[in-house]
Amino acid sequence: MSDLTYEVIVGLEIHVQLKTNTKIFCGCELAFGAEPNTHVCPVCIGMPGVMPVMNKKAYEYSVLAALALNCSIPSFTKWDRKSYYYPDLPKNYQISQYDLPMSENGYIDIPLEEGETKRIRIIRAHLEEDAGKNTHTLGNFSAIDLNRTGTPLLEIVTEPDLSSGAEVRSLAIELQKIVRYIGVSHADMQKGHMRFEPNVNLHITKNGKVYKTPISEIKNLNSFRALERSVNYEVRRQLNDFLETGKTMEMGNKKTFGWDDVNERTVLQREKEEAHDYRYFPEPDLVPVEITDEWLNEIKSRLCELPLQKQRRYTDKYKLSDYDAGVITAEKSTADLFDNAVKAGGTPKRICNLLTQAGAKMANEANCSIAELGLNPESLAKLAKMVDSSEISATASMTIFEEMAKSQKSPETIAQEKNLIQSSDSGQIEAMVDEVLAANQKAVEEITAGGKKSKKAMGFLLGQVMQKSKGQANPKVISEILNKKFS
Amino acid sequence: MSNELLNLTCKQLADKIADGSVKSVDATQAVLDRIESLDPEIGAFISTCGERALETARSIDEKIANGEPVGVLAGVPVAVKDNMCTSFGATTCASKILQNFNSPYDGHVIDKLSAAGAVIVGKCNMDEFAMGSSTENSGLKETANPWDTTRVPGGSSGGSTAAVAAKMCFGALGSDTGGSIRQPASFCGVVGLKPTYGRVSRFGLVAYGSSLDQIGPVTRDVTDSALLLNVISGRDERDSTSISKDIAPDRDYLADIDKPVEGLRIGIVPEFNKGADPDVQKAIADAIDVYKELGAEIVEIEMPHFEYAIATYYVIATAEASSNLARYDGVHYGHRTADPKDYVEVYSKSRAEGFGSEVKRRIMLGTFVLSSGYYDAYYLRALKVRNLIRGDFTKAFKKTDCIMMPVSPTTAFKKGEKTADPLQMYLADVYTIAANLAGVPGISIPCGFDSSNLPIGLQILSDVFTEDKLLRIAKMFEAKTDFHTKTPMVIA
Repeated sequence: MSDLTYEVIVGLEIHVQLKTNTKIFCGCELAFGAEPNTHVCPVCIGMPGVMPVMNKKAYEYSVLAALALNCSIPSFTKWDRKSYYYPDLPKNYQISQYDLPMSENGYIDIPLEEGETKRIRIIRAHLEEDAGKNTHTLGNFSAIDLNRTGTPLLEIVTEPDLSSGAEVRSLAIELQKIVRYIGVSHADMQKGHMRFEPNVNLHITKNGKVYKTPISEIKNLNSFRALERSVNYEVRRQLNDFLETGKTMEMGNKKTFGWDDVNERTVLQREKEEAHDYRYFPEPDLVPVEITDEWLNEIKSRLCELPLQKQRRYTDKYKLSDYDAGVITAEKSTADLFDNAVKAGGTPKRICNLLTQAGAKMANEANCSIAELGLNPESLAKLAKMVDSSEISATASMTIFEEMAKSQKSPETIAQEKNLIQSSDSGQIEAMVDEVLAANQKAVEEITAGGKKSKKAMGFLLGQVMQKSKGQANPKVISEILNKKFS
Repeated sequence: MSNELLNLTCKQLADKIADGSVKSVDATQAVLDRIESLDPEIGAFISTCGERALETARSIDEKIANGEPVGVLAGVPVAVKDNMCTSFGATTCASKILQNFNSPYDGHVIDKLSAAGAVIVGKCNMDEFAMGSSTENSGLKETANPWDTTRVPGGSSGGSTAAVAAKMCFGALGSDTGGSIRQPASFCGVVGLKPTYGRVSRFGLVAYGSSLDQIGPVTRDVTDSALLLNVISGRDERDSTSISKDIAPDRDYLADIDKPVEGLRIGIVPEFNKGADPDVQKAIADAIDVYKELGAEIVEIEMPHFEYAIATYYVIATAEASSNLARYDGVHYGHRTADPKDYVEVYSKSRAEGFGSEVKRRIMLGTFVLSSGYYDAYYLRALKVRNLIRGDFTKAFKKTDCIMMPVSPTTAFKKGEKTADPLQMYLADVYTIAANLAGVPGISIPCGFDSSNLPIGLQILSDVFTEDKLLRIAKMFEAKTDFHTKTPMVIA
């Protein structure tokens, strides 16, 4: 036992629904949660005689996503039919891409602990149509909802470069950010906009010999949490299974598991009898797509700074902490607000503090994104400047921030109305300091005596002056005057 | 009176309706009467839509009386093959699996016919899903050849060609995947045109072999063929494979139809003719003599890959068919088996009950050639041979304006004569299949009769997108001969 080590090997197959207005091969509107079979037409339900017509936007979105994943985009790509019988697939073949996908050979950098990143290679990403949904709520009958049929799907296949549940989770979150940043998907896990299928196995080294466990494919994961836990569970299960049975890849076929979210375990769905024969062949009803340099460049011009690049910029250039930079870049709208406020003259650190403290708290309470709080970058920059110039205290800035979100008033107005302007008038403050010194002889003595108690007494006096000023005196100024008095 | 009307061509009738000398209602009624009296014997129609047709006819007559503009086929009764989707009546493909299927939409050619003012009187019998060469594979009814009702009309558009030959409509549409317009046109003594692949939108044509299927006109003469092609051709955004206007601009095929092609060079492959029956060989040779008299130059050419056309076709067409027909599964529409045990039985039993044996044979063939381990040896190789066949045509058309050969090695054969031997039936498509593989247009025109007075067709093939020239070449022959004016005994 003692000399046993193992390596976790995970590759991902990912489906991302693209948020085009209409389906990939017909004019039906995409609709989530609509009445069953209300967003269908002869084309997407595969009536006799119909023909698909490619939605150009779906192709452009997939190219955009592939570019963000650093894939190369071949100038020529074609469509293929993938044949299998299932009631939610009305034509009994899926229009997909087989040997000439629209993109290949890319990578995604995923953030790990402490600002480290790891590069995960992407084998390919291709475009295909989604199937409908079978439901089994009608007793003896199954019902089929074809609203989803024909939704454009980007299928991304990674190399097995991931080595833990945490990495898988990190990739999923990063991918979600990316596709949202570039605006090609809503990427909502719960709604099935993003579906992950990890393929997991272990390379176990025992007594100097390497054993590979049979690969498990895990399906139906609808949260990041489930994704991470299912992989971790599978690692433990495979390790135990190996220790019990000694079974390796050569002795067992690939198995498909589902995830039981309640009991937090994977459940065997089926053992693949043999490789499925999908009888791929070129789709004769669609012409291949040829992308010109001009078209590709036009799509490239729609790329924006990606979340991890932004995060790096914030930590390197603005010296934000990795954590804060992560919070701000979580959503593009928030990062945009941040960037614009910096552009409007606010110091990055101060704006970051406002957004990650007051902003994050309020957004959390209102269950929205920070950007949705409705702050404009100029006011935010102004507020930051007011703190930096000691016009208001940092504490007051949080109050003003909240009020700005609620009332849309300018920070100056709020500060005035709420009486939050700090006094830095040293004459006025010195008078108050003198009054406090006179009234607190004991503390004065303690400071003069020096030693342990002096620091505490100084703090006490500062508090007294603040109280006297009803919180409006600039603590920095008070402290300066106090120091002068005892020097 | 009605008989006289029925002898008109589409063009003649359209002109008379347009100038008010004939009412569409009368022409339509004459056609419906003819169908009622004759079709029980011929069996050209799977369904008719008399009420709707008369209604359309009346509205056309009204428009003309009011001086409103009408289309070029206004008031002309026509028929369509039952693999073209119509929002009225059933669209069966002559299959039990779609026997009660009503399409929710009209196919592109139906839209085009309607826009041109044509009166659709019914939908024609065919081999099930257009798979066959005799219309005997229809799952719904038998069709007889109007020239000899003990014989087949050819196929798969046998209902369309029989209907035109028997004057139960003035023109019709068929579809041609491996000769399915040209061969039955030849058997029935009418003109059948398969346009260039992509010339006519396939939207609404129930697919058999998608990379080969093409809709075309079946008419009594070449002028009508041009007229109908004018109506149905052109880019359709709903069919990605329909040719864009910048590659093949729309043409008026009627404009120069009577203008002979100057310096015509006709390609022939001498050994091709030798495979045909002596009567057919002679008719083709005579037809070429007619062209020689008109000043044409005969150029002997080689088509070295032609002999692989049938094998290539039966790999590609069946592969596509196996996929195209996967959707008929009893789940969403069409025939569903009674009391299935589970969903797998919904598939297996519905399909077993709904499809005929030829369709099953081709689905199995197609499934086999696409299967992993066989794909490279069959499907991929067939695609390569297809390119070689295309190359044969490209080379030939550098030296010639067209190629002439028989449509079929025989004239119409007896019903039941070949049904026991599917391979024999396949081999009879030897002359027509290559055009579909290469995508080039082809026409069959009446060029003689055999000793049993059965019609013989001359096949003319030309380069892609040269239907205008092809029709003019065909018209040159027609202007010198009267084979196209002959009427089958059954209706004399």
